[in-house]
Amino acid sequence: MLAYIIRRLLYAIPILIGVNLLTFALFFVVNTPDDMARMQLGVKRVTPEAIQKWKAERGYDKPLLWNATAAGSAALTDTIFFSKSVRMFAGDFGRADDGRDIAREIGDRMGPSLAIALPTFVLGLFVAISFALLLVFFRATALDFGGVVLCVAMMSISGLFYIIGGQWLVSKVWHLVPISGYSGGLDAAKFLILPVIIGVIGGIGSSARWYRTIFLEEITRDYVRTARAKGLPERVVLFRHVLRNAMIPILTGVVVVIPSLFMGSLLTESFFGIPGLGSYTIDAINAQDFAVVRSMVFIGSVLYIFGLLLTDVSYTLADPRVRLQ
Amino acid sequence: MSGMAVQPVLLWSDALLFVLIGVIVALVLWARRQDALRAAWARVAQNGVAMAAATVLGVFVLIGLLDSLHYRARLESPAGATARYAVEVNSALDALLADLRLRTEKTYSAPLATHLFAREALENSTQREFPRLQYGGAHLGENLSGRGLDIAVRVLRGVGGGLVVWLLLMLLARRIKVGAGGTAVRAVAVTLLPILLLFGVAISLSGGYHVFGTDKVGQDVLYLSLKAIRTGLLIGTLTTLVMLPAALLLGILAGYVGGWVDDLIQYVYTTLSSIPGVLLIAAAVLMMQVVIDTHPDWFATSAERADARLLALCLILGMTSWTGVARLLRGETLKLRELEFVQAAQAFGVGPFAIMRRHILPNLMHIVLISLVMDFSGLVLAEAVLSYVGVGVDPTTISFGTMINTARMELAREPMVWWSLLAAFSFMFALVLAANLFADAVRDAFDPRSSA
Repeated sequence: MLAYIIRRLLYAIPILIGVNLLTFALFFVVNTPDDMARMQLGVKRVTPEAIQKWKAERGYDKPLLWNATAAGSAALTDTIFFSKSVRMFAGDFGRADDGRDIAREIGDRMGPSLAIALPTFVLGLFVAISFALLLVFFRATALDFGGVVLCVAMMSISGLFYIIGGQWLVSKVWHLVPISGYSGGLDAAKFLILPVIIGVIGGIGSSARWYRTIFLEEITRDYVRTARAKGLPERVVLFRHVLRNAMIPILTGVVVVIPSLFMGSLLTESFFGIPGLGSYTIDAINAQDFAVVRSMVFIGSVLYIFGLLLTDVSYTLADPRVRLQ
Repeated sequence: MSGMAVQPVLLWSDALLFVLIGVIVALVLWARRQDALRAAWARVAQNGVAMAAATVLGVFVLIGLLDSLHYRARLESPAGATARYAVEVNSALDALLADLRLRTEKTYSAPLATHLFAREALENSTQREFPRLQYGGAHLGENLSGRGLDIAVRVLRGVGGGLVVWLLLMLLARRIKVGAGGTAVRAVAVTLLPILLLFGVAISLSGGYHVFGTDKVGQDVLYLSLKAIRTGLLIGTLTTLVMLPAALLLGILAGYVGGWVDDLIQYVYTTLSSIPGVLLIAAAVLMMQVVIDTHPDWFATSAERADARLLALCLILGMTSWTGVARLLRGETLKLRELEFVQAAQAFGVGPFAIMRRHILPNLMHIVLISLVMDFSGLVLAEAVLSYVGVGVDPTTISFGTMINTARMELAREPMVWWSLLAAFSFMFALVLAANLFADAVRDAFDPRSSA
């Protein structure tokens, strides 16, 4: 098991290098730092001096890959590729356009992101699985049909609608919770409850329908027939047998997103004014802060690869037959 | 020399859209001769819900196609001079909806309103009042109490008109005997009725009012919603189209050739798919915006620039989504490679590329079709989110995302400006719901696993 995990971590290295090279190509080769400077300063009133100043402030004035003027190993290290891309492996993301340290900012913003993403994830999983089990319990009845229709309708509604509609109804018409904002400690609950509920409702359509399909596939298996033949009530068959066996396909899709919860949700955070990583990313995109976007791409990939590893490990926990070697 | 009254303009996205339609027509002609495919489509046709959804989709596609015939109108110029054409690029839909397009008010007005939404200081009055709309309800004159009755009459007239058109269509259908189709024809007929009624009411009302109100710069929201359909359709279909060749080639190569080719292709798509989609899109769109902004000389009109950005967005979305399809195709090719008919072809000495083209590719078509229809609705929804985030279509392109984005700014207003949000969400809901229902039927009919 340990050997397997180590080998998987080693596999991750070339992928991360690939991600790093891709972002490097995207940010520095497709567009040169000169292009970016011209764009940020405004195309019309731009002077070569202003471009040089912009580049020097951000450390973009070095050569891309090979610094011929520097001596020894500095020829490799005193370049944009090394200072902007390679250093990301060591957790050094440099500074944002407003001068703040990106790594520190990310550390500060992880808390609020998790505070909203984790409850949404757990509650969403619970609600969707319960709903799917309910539909399977009443399978091939009008209730099941109505439930599926509801699921399809709900997944056809834009996520933006849930957020805008929810804010309008709960905060503006009913005045139950503040419309947006955030505070630390227990006070945070009143700011978090609405986004969490909206997140759960928004995700329930597609996930409940997917779980229902998995359960239905499982319910045709022989062991289910055996369990019924033993005279077990349907309730026990579903919870003790079907649910457990269906966990494997459910885990495949679910565990992989757990590390990404740190990244937060772009939409929810920016609509509800939560100072997490999602709103940080949106602000960076709108301000065209290239350094921040680049860092978030890198962190996102690290978390995703970690999620894939977690998925494999979780198989062994859910199914003793699976052996990792 | 007198030129034509209009100068046709073929935007890149139009051309691709027509290529897509050509491909679909060719595939339909080809599928008619394949028994298995004909049987699968017959299963779709027997599904009433699917046919109803297809009808709704068909109406959307028709609107989108009308909106893809672009032209530049000729400007008035003295006789004998060479014709000059307007900078503005319009479409056939714009020409049909000229009334809606040109009757712009000053700013927001509620649906069917006769007055602007906000008070303004009027010239000969000390108080701030709601000014009358320039067009909405203008035919009523000073007699505003007649508005309710006028609206009721117009609705009735619209319903009547819709009903008449529907009956004529039914008569026509009976005359040319398409009634033999059974479920399919009945489902289409039942769906067409509410659509035609809605059209009738909308046309009849929009003669005198703004049915869905007007937006911030006074544009008719119904017009915007109809224009947004093309953007949604393009994003939903072109994205899959542009990524398809790459996904097919790499997926089949990885599955059939194996070895280091397989390793390399798997490495490429694992790397791409490990970057969170929205972030990769955001990064790529930011970079593309820099390219477009630093080369203003590439585009003759602003419509062309917006079109380039739309296409680039499709490419970028395709770049992030081809990995899933490629993985599916690789898995299926691995299975097919071991089957007898492929081994027989190998034994006859058929080359690897001929085998991939003649024996593997046709057997992968159901995966391509399923992923095409399944991805569509997700892409339409994604466009709205991306435009909200600021990495979607060009802000001048009318789309559901840009409509929602501009309306969002006014949410804090009291009372709320709700109509353009509601119109965008309703149209998007209808389009996505129809696509989802149709996609489900297609998957059930074509996926051998789910029909078992």
